[in-house]
Amino acid sequence: MAILVTPETKVLVQGITGSFGGRHAQLSLEYGSQIVAGVTPGKGGQTFEDKVPVFDTVAQAVAETGTTTSAVFVPPPFAADAILEGVDAGLDLVVCITEGIPVNDMVKVKRALEGSKTRLIGPNCPGIVTPGEGEQSSGGCRIGIAPGYIHKKGNIGVVSRSGTLTYEAVWQLTCRGVGQSTCVGIGGDPVNGTSHLDVIKMFNDDPDTHGIIMIGEIGGSAEEEAAAWIRDNCKKPVAGFIAGTTAPPGRRMGHAGAIVSGGKGTAEAKIEAFREAGIQVAQTPSEMADVLLKVM
Amino acid sequence: MNIHEYQAKELLARNGVNVPSGKACKSIEEAQTAAQALFDAGQSMLVIKSQIHAGGRGKGTFKSGFQGGVHLCKSVDETVETAKAMLGEVLVTKQTGPEGREVKTLLVASAEKIVKELYLAVLLDRNTSKPIVMASTEGGMDIEEVAEKSPEKIVKETIDPAMGMMPYQARKIAAALNLPSSLIGQATKLLMGVYKTFWSCDASMVEINPLCIVENVDETQGIAAVDAKISLDDNALYRHKDILEMRDLAEEAPLEIEAGKFDLNYIKLDGNIACLVNGAGLAMATMDIIKHYGGDPANFLDVGGGASREQVTAAFKIILSDPNVKGILVNIFGGIMQCDVIAEGVVSAAKETNLSIPLVVRLEGNNVEIGKKILNESGLELISGDSMADAAKKIVAVV
Repeated sequence: MAILVTPETKVLVQGITGSFGGRHAQLSLEYGSQIVAGVTPGKGGQTFEDKVPVFDTVAQAVAETGTTTSAVFVPPPFAADAILEGVDAGLDLVVCITEGIPVNDMVKVKRALEGSKTRLIGPNCPGIVTPGEGEQSSGGCRIGIAPGYIHKKGNIGVVSRSGTLTYEAVWQLTCRGVGQSTCVGIGGDPVNGTSHLDVIKMFNDDPDTHGIIMIGEIGGSAEEEAAAWIRDNCKKPVAGFIAGTTAPPGRRMGHAGAIVSGGKGTAEAKIEAFREAGIQVAQTPSEMADVLLKVM
Repeated sequence: MNIHEYQAKELLARNGVNVPSGKACKSIEEAQTAAQALFDAGQSMLVIKSQIHAGGRGKGTFKSGFQGGVHLCKSVDETVETAKAMLGEVLVTKQTGPEGREVKTLLVASAEKIVKELYLAVLLDRNTSKPIVMASTEGGMDIEEVAEKSPEKIVKETIDPAMGMMPYQARKIAAALNLPSSLIGQATKLLMGVYKTFWSCDASMVEINPLCIVENVDETQGIAAVDAKISLDDNALYRHKDILEMRDLAEEAPLEIEAGKFDLNYIKLDGNIACLVNGAGLAMATMDIIKHYGGDPANFLDVGGGASREQVTAAFKIILSDPNVKGILVNIFGGIMQCDVIAEGVVSAAKETNLSIPLVVRLEGNNVEIGKKILNESGLELISGDSMADAAKKIVAVV
């Protein structure tokens, strides 16, 4: 089953005619994902790579193609608007890849999402991959910028704030012959659509997910909240890693949300919360897969 | 981005917040003129404040031996003498580190007669994804200390971003701070102005510490932002050209400014093992694993998803300009960009920068074998690492 997306999910790419969006739309097509539409205002009627119709609005794309899910590759000043356009068009899922969106824009988006049926993943995230059954996991659903070939279809769920750390965990699993149900990058911004906990709950309910790797980093308290829920509710083994033990307080470590401020959001506190919840903690990122496999 | 106190007060004043009258001065002459104007306007006491992006100024010490980065002055002559002792001198506070910061600007302002000190801040509450106003009767103190010792003294009010701050919320806060009824109107105006500053400037935090009840010349009471600190959301600066002009490059680390020009995210640390990584999470984890195996990371450096040859070259140059660096660990997950392309980039960057310190390279991902072959046949004395752990152990061993 996997979570959020399946190989059948019909995906729309907002910003498909831009260099970034176009490149990754192409890679998703090569992976075998159902990229059924693109949206770029003013370029409606064009065709991307001779097969994907481009529309001026998300509503048109939904009406014409039945797409339910969007990947947003729109530049930061216009990204909040693009997300809300997807919400307005009634999409089930919007995955925003864009990095560098003003925080206040996301505060407004998050407020607008209250009571809507749309789930937002990201922003500033690598996206979602549900691996397929083909060679190097092709035929799956790849939304975003993750390299498709590192995946393998299987039963481990991966959730992380960081792109390359997700790839690291996925690759470790794949190299050990262990596949993934779905891999979700929730993004490194302080305000995001979906939390660790949201994804953990979905993995817990997904019969095809048998174990979970949860990767966190300094800043905020989302990892602690997820850990508290896992302690009381999660039926599946969870391994975790927290990045940023050596990060100096008060400095933003690349990700807008990765900052220890006022003594809050430290790696130590998060690791402690993981331990208390019975989550197996990887001492180094090299051990993420092994730590999970030991308890599977 | 951070700005100086006088700039923060300028933004606050634009939004209707009462701040003590004053002027930013970059020379002794300007300080003299500003002091004269304030005394002429009827002030009996001035305050002269060093403008640096660090706290603890009042208790700081100048490298010249002169005590205190903030002083009260009773006359123009005293102002001029004090300004001479501060301007162009290096001030060391508990937040600057031992190297201190050069004081290039002084804020000369009227010294308020303070009746009571309060605390006020607006920031993002990550739990609710909404702005939150925090206020406390314990002004002038470190708010984290207050939060720890007497959390009941902190008042919090969440703001609905769809509505903005409502006047009733400001009145609620004013009442919770036990302000006298006569000040509720003024306090509401000030609180609304502080929130407006936070939202309209895309600030990540506005902190007024202390916010003061002051006694006016006619013995009536007022409320004023006596100190102010504003940090801004870098992602939103593109829509605030006026605020961007307030950036003071002298307050930022030169290597970090240089890195920014190449879209590199670099933060200097105190260790001797430099790292060059793609992705922020992996970059943090690389620092952690160096420490885990007994080493000391010299920096955080995220070259972004691609790790192009140009970026790796620029990154090497930045890393090597830190004299503490005794070895480099390159850790790249070749996802979309394949390992052979990255290996070629690393080799050419190492050659171009005449690298002479130990270099451990760990590549993972597609075409990793071809990548390793390129590294091994490069003629460079580099060490190849198989996993992150292996690479970290190797660099720690040779440094």
